[in-house]
Amino acid sequence: MPKDHGIGASSKRREDVRFLTGRGRYTDDINLYGQAYVHFLRSDVAHGTLNGIDTSEAEGMPGVIRIFTGKDFEGVGGLPCGWQVTDKHGNPMQEPGHPILAQGKVRHVGDPIAAVVAETAAQARSAAEAIAVDIHELPAVIDMRKALEPGAPKVHDDLDSNLCYDWGFVEENKGAVDEAFSKAAHVTTLELVNNRLAPNAMEPRVAVGDYAAGTDDSTLYTTSQNPHVIRLLMGAFVLGIPEHKLRVVAPDVGGGFGSKIFHYAEEAFCTFAAKQLKRPVKWTCSRSEAFISDAHGRDHVTKIELALDADNNFMAIRTDTCANMGAYLSTFAPSVPTWLHGTLMAGNYKTPLIYVNVKAVFTNTVPVDAYRGAGRPEATFQLERLIDKAARELGVDPVELRRQNFITEFPYATPVAVEYDTGDYHATMDKLLIMIDRDGFDARAAKSKEAGKLRGLGINCYIEACGIAPSALVGQLGARAGLYESATVRVNATGGIVVMTGSHSHGQGHETSFAQVVADMIGIPEAQIEIVHGDTANTPMGMGTYGSRSIAVGGSAMVRATEKIISKAKKIAAHLMEASDSDIELKDGQFTVAGTDKSVAWGDVTLAAYVPHNYPLTELEPGLEETAFYDPNNFTYPAGAYACEVEVDPETGKVKICSFAAADDFGNVINPMIVSGQVHGGLAQGIGQALLENVSYDADGQLLSASYMDYAMPRADDLPFYQVDHSCVTPCTHNPLGVKGCGEAGAIGSPPAVVNAVIDALHRGGMTHVGHIDMPLTSARVWTAMQG
Amino acid sequence: MYNFEFAKPTTIADAVEALGHEEAQALGGGQTLLPTMKQRLAAPATLVSLNAIPEMIGVCLNDAGEVCIGGATTHAMVVREAAAHYPALAALASHIGDPAVRNRGTIGGSLANNDPSACYPAAALASGATIKTNTRDIAADDYFQGMFETALNDGEIITEVRFPVPQTANYQKFVQPASRFALVGVFVAQFADGVRVAVTGASSDGVFRWTEAEAALSGDFSKSAVDGLSVPSGSMISDLHGSGDYRAHLVKVMTGRAVAAAG
Repeated sequence: MPKDHGIGASSKRREDVRFLTGRGRYTDDINLYGQAYVHFLRSDVAHGTLNGIDTSEAEGMPGVIRIFTGKDFEGVGGLPCGWQVTDKHGNPMQEPGHPILAQGKVRHVGDPIAAVVAETAAQARSAAEAIAVDIHELPAVIDMRKALEPGAPKVHDDLDSNLCYDWGFVEENKGAVDEAFSKAAHVTTLELVNNRLAPNAMEPRVAVGDYAAGTDDSTLYTTSQNPHVIRLLMGAFVLGIPEHKLRVVAPDVGGGFGSKIFHYAEEAFCTFAAKQLKRPVKWTCSRSEAFISDAHGRDHVTKIELALDADNNFMAIRTDTCANMGAYLSTFAPSVPTWLHGTLMAGNYKTPLIYVNVKAVFTNTVPVDAYRGAGRPEATFQLERLIDKAARELGVDPVELRRQNFITEFPYATPVAVEYDTGDYHATMDKLLIMIDRDGFDARAAKSKEAGKLRGLGINCYIEACGIAPSALVGQLGARAGLYESATVRVNATGGIVVMTGSHSHGQGHETSFAQVVADMIGIPEAQIEIVHGDTANTPMGMGTYGSRSIAVGGSAMVRATEKIISKAKKIAAHLMEASDSDIELKDGQFTVAGTDKSVAWGDVTLAAYVPHNYPLTELEPGLEETAFYDPNNFTYPAGAYACEVEVDPETGKVKICSFAAADDFGNVINPMIVSGQVHGGLAQGIGQALLENVSYDADGQLLSASYMDYAMPRADDLPFYQVDHSCVTPCTHNPLGVKGCGEAGAIGSPPAVVNAVIDALHRGGMTHVGHIDMPLTSARVWTAMQG
Repeated sequence: MYNFEFAKPTTIADAVEALGHEEAQALGGGQTLLPTMKQRLAAPATLVSLNAIPEMIGVCLNDAGEVCIGGATTHAMVVREAAAHYPALAALASHIGDPAVRNRGTIGGSLANNDPSACYPAAALASGATIKTNTRDIAADDYFQGMFETALNDGEIITEVRFPVPQTANYQKFVQPASRFALVGVFVAQFADGVRVAVTGASSDGVFRWTEAEAALSGDFSKSAVDGLSVPSGSMISDLHGSGDYRAHLVKVMTGRAVAAAG
């Protein structure tokens, strides 16, 4: 029987009551007394010299308070980059400046040039239209390979070239990898694109800056996944405001998918302008503006090769990738194609030699940074498409080729710097094959054929590294931040608990699942526990939510703090019952003395802590509140096997997804319903990438997919009913809950399953010339590939 | 959106008068115009709503057996009220946009805008409909004059659209995946005196009749009749959603499917 509360129960998401009844409090719901509005005038050309900005007419327009340009930010820091990658020669990456408002040049369509603050949003917009900007348009670089050619126009004139870094991983292995290829019995090669995506959180970004002149305190309300990180980056590197004079609040946030990790110019602007003008300043991003100002995701072009021996064992992998950085380095951009991508190139397989080369490239496009999965989808897609191609070339079953090369002994140190602590890849594959009735495929394919359709089956594995990350390790890798997490557990006198976490929930359901953990540990109802997050004023310094880290790192901090609470509470209980604290047991909210019938309730102990009349005051402080910081020893490694069945219409190339199954090993699961929901969402985004979504620029750097008229988001009827399973469990060995993280797996594991399925369908239909089709597999692309 | 004046006349005469003012713009359901105004790409001084004119709303059959649809009739009303008279037309209307669009958007608005990817132009052209305005009757063959171009004069209002009802008809839409407008839409209508085939979504000239298919289908109304034909790809739209060759191919496939479905 499923549990009805605590760890393992599918408790209903308590936050949904307010979300589903219109009572959420999002940043745009925050309106402050005397608030002014800002409208950003953005570049409509991809690359140009900024010769002049004439604001004279705009300044006289109704409601205009002040117009800011790049000149106003000349003594103010630019947006910082949080990760420095070292190239294969040991040199630091090229790191250009990133001004709040353009200075000297504009570098992508959407680059902010001026900001008009006015009494109303409409007045600000009208005045922005009256600003005359003199831009000398320059040739734009959009294509990465062209951007790297000698003589290509430079995005940043002060850099040597458009190459941010040329990263070799592991550089020392390159010779051995090349040698393995020279001895291989078979080499499979694949060139592919990982398409650029726009994140499209349901809630667009919003920022409200506020300044209290009486106390010199600044407050920023913003749509962020990590308010403490924004406070540190903006305070220390941009505006020079110490943490104790700066509060950042990220209230209810309507989805992030990575795009709300980063520190954006608009946040710094609103905080800066509020202080300058002594008035709150608000910015609400429109959907059109989001397409040209939210950091995009993915955008890799890769050549990958696999060397196999005569027995089909994987000998070596070699990759050559160009990764688009866009026009500036967004906060964590350099880490995505390197440490979040290269380290995953072993996948689920015991390939002894791997060499990954990544060239990060500046182009006149919107900056690219982490998007759900961040580097790991790119790695998984390459590897799992490549293995499928190899199986086809060798005439072997793609599942068997994978199984033959599975890692089966743990811990396993990969040749790409990470150590998998645990896993069982055969178990998830076994589970998957049962879920999808593989044996029944031929009958289903025959039925499709009768209807004039080509049916295909795509299967793949994935592994990812999440629960990021050990601070010392990431520091060595170039991170300019630690990646611990924090929690304060405050027990009130009458027994209720408030947990203040450094994690941030923007759809993940932490308010429910985090409460389940504490309820389970103490044995009290979940309703007695409240989870507080999102405000630097009332939460301990924490690094926020991304990289599927919240339960693995934030949850662990909360467990450690709760353990401290329990330890202290036992001492109080021991005193009340005149027993030794080593004899005290806590179960179902009752403290008992082992082997006796003596007991005191949780509430008796919490009351004693705050009304310490009968209390060991000489040995123990009153009160019951503890804080813990947790720094993980390792990443966590969720893994699994995914399968997709498609029908292709041979007349039109249209792909229909008939079924999708996901067998995941997330370690221990706190709330199975929430985990299933996370997988569903990830699958929708992965299938969206595989079939529909694509950020498309023309050669001049104009964004062609600049609205939902041309950027295809998956809709409900594009997607099948999913089969998801997370019953295969190998608990994480190094965190207290044995959890791994589930937020990104669906988006990481699903694109190759879809593409493998379409290629399978075409081959079964006799179109064996189709080796690969780049995502998204639109009808037009599939039909064109079929024509040969 | 910029500020504008708003008029909501209740008679055609008042609407015509209101549209005579400078920078006045007729408003049907607003499903194209309002988003355009929100983006500040259109800035009419006055919007003249045509949605409160009773004589322009509704579906009926006239003595000639034509389905007559008032210019301000919503797609949703066409779905409900034309189904018994002209099922293929009602089916087309039922797949325009989403429920919100269908309950605001109007047939007159769609035909006046003549979006090259809209559905209604294909139905009007394939049916040989008559576009009735406040001043004249315009045959569909004369009405559509290229992408977003029509025979309407400034201030002229579509008051009614009259559809001759074919013996059998069908519309096949292959959707553009983002907008779900027609990447290619083909309306096939078989009349006693021949077959008409109208194509939307595909051509940079807007909706057009595929006369070669009409000739073939008039002799043999079967899917195989179009097998040997090919659509010249020269005027086909090429964009990020598909090449001209792909659209030309889809025209043929969708025509065949429409014929098969019309049966």
